[in-house]
Amino acid sequence: MAALINVPSKAKRGDIIEIRTLTSHIMETGFRHTADGKLVPRDIITSFACRYNGTEIFRADLFPAIAANPYLSFFTVAKDSGKFEFEWIGDNGYSTTASASITVE
Amino acid sequence: MISWRAIAVATLFTAAPALLAGEIPPDARRSGYTFMGPDTRAMQDDDTTNPGMLFVLDGEALWAKKTGSASRACADCHGDARSSMKGVAARYPSFDKSLGRPVALDQRINLCRADHQQAAPLPYESRDLLALSAFVAHQSRGIPITAGDDPQAKPFVAQGRALFMQREGQLNLACTNCHDDNFDKRLAGAPITQGQPTGYPLYRLEWQTLGSLARRLRSCMTGVRAQAYDYGSPELVALELYLMSRARGLAMETPAVRP
Amino acid sequence: MPTTRRQFLGLAGGVTVAGTIPIVTLRPIEATPAMLNTAIRNVVGEAQIRNGRVKLDIPPLVENGNTVPMTVSVASPMTADDHVKSIHVFNEKNPQPNIGNFYFGPSSGRAQVSTRIRLADTQKVVAIAHLSDDTFWQVAADVVVTLAACTEETN
Repeated sequence: MAALINVPSKAKRGDIIEIRTLTSHIMETGFRHTADGKLVPRDIITSFACRYNGTEIFRADLFPAIAANPYLSFFTVAKDSGKFEFEWIGDNGYSTTASASITVE
Repeated sequence: MISWRAIAVATLFTAAPALLAGEIPPDARRSGYTFMGPDTRAMQDDDTTNPGMLFVLDGEALWAKKTGSASRACADCHGDARSSMKGVAARYPSFDKSLGRPVALDQRINLCRADHQQAAPLPYESRDLLALSAFVAHQSRGIPITAGDDPQAKPFVAQGRALFMQREGQLNLACTNCHDDNFDKRLAGAPITQGQPTGYPLYRLEWQTLGSLARRLRSCMTGVRAQAYDYGSPELVALELYLMSRARGLAMETPAVRP
Repeated sequence: MPTTRRQFLGLAGGVTVAGTIPIVTLRPIEATPAMLNTAIRNVVGEAQIRNGRVKLDIPPLVENGNTVPMTVSVASPMTADDHVKSIHVFNEKNPQPNIGNFYFGPSSGRAQVSTRIRLADTQKVVAIAHLSDDTFWQVAADVVVTLAACTEETN
């Protein structure tokens, strides 16, 4: 399933750039019941991290109060050309990654 | 001449008052978008924040993926959807000559799977069917709706219109009672829209996922405490067709975002 | 004397208690302010929490509590010596008090995060920032959640 990553492809050194991520996940809270009264088990993304050329620049712990298909926007200083790596980890062994590259002039 | 026309109009009103009551003239038609708050509008406006785009991306991957015993992808016949599917969703539901009835876009995708890919049909509201529908309909974004223009579709538009006007359920309400007669007012804090289906399949914040027009109609029927028509039933397709013809001229928005 | 709604509810409640034994076990399904307080103390410990510096952008009236856009930002130079280490967001009435923890550093450039959250009801949202000098700053916002008129019971 898809993830939408939005990183500027080019930036000037020292610019503060915005990074947006949107990923497919139901974020089942673990507080809902089926019509016959059974608890629907929790199935959420619990953590997100973004690394810029190997160094972590942003991290988040997510809880059931984060809406389905989690959206996150955050910032970083454009330092060098290279790669952003994104990682989402969650319940039931959920793990997914994505990456985006940037040219810094 | 003028007096003749006045008499003709007067006759029409007296002869068929129920038929004309409350119907929204073309220049007063408004997308559900215009009833939303600025935050929900912003979510739809930007493709990098519109959660419906996740499904469009999935649909794009499915479009190019070989499937069924024919091992054929949508793209093998239709090529680049950006050109081949442009404007298609604005004409759906569309009359199918061999079946002799209109079919909705998701039904057309399943017919294509059966006839050309020899693949099993995708269940209604399944992620893959919604994703393919969203990807195809997204190619029509900005294009004015013309569904129902086909003369062969007219009897089915009329059937859908009759269903729209018919009171049903324990609350004894017809679609028209809210969506023609009372739009712009509020029901339990939420604005009543005109019910123009411009952005399906769309991402509904309440659903927290993408859903079809059929799903939306079924939840409206549940709302008035009526027995909802089954997915794929001729009644639902006729209602969809009438709603699309009623939205004639409004631009497609898929994937729209709604509260 | 006409029966008022309040009297009627009181009467109905009395009848229920007297006439039947409820078989549904009541359990807290909303985070109480005490749980909110505990969740906050789990993050800040015994430190003093000051008001200010944090900005919480959230619509005061939301169209659907399932997906509420929210942006938290902190006025900070974001240098090695003076930056925001983390932002923690809490709610008052969801089944659980935590919403999210967001971690930053000097390379963030700007201490700001946007996401979309779930609010089960009209309630207070609290954002707390942890700065590099180990001070804590907070802001709270009240959000009114309107409920959809027609909701699906089942699919």
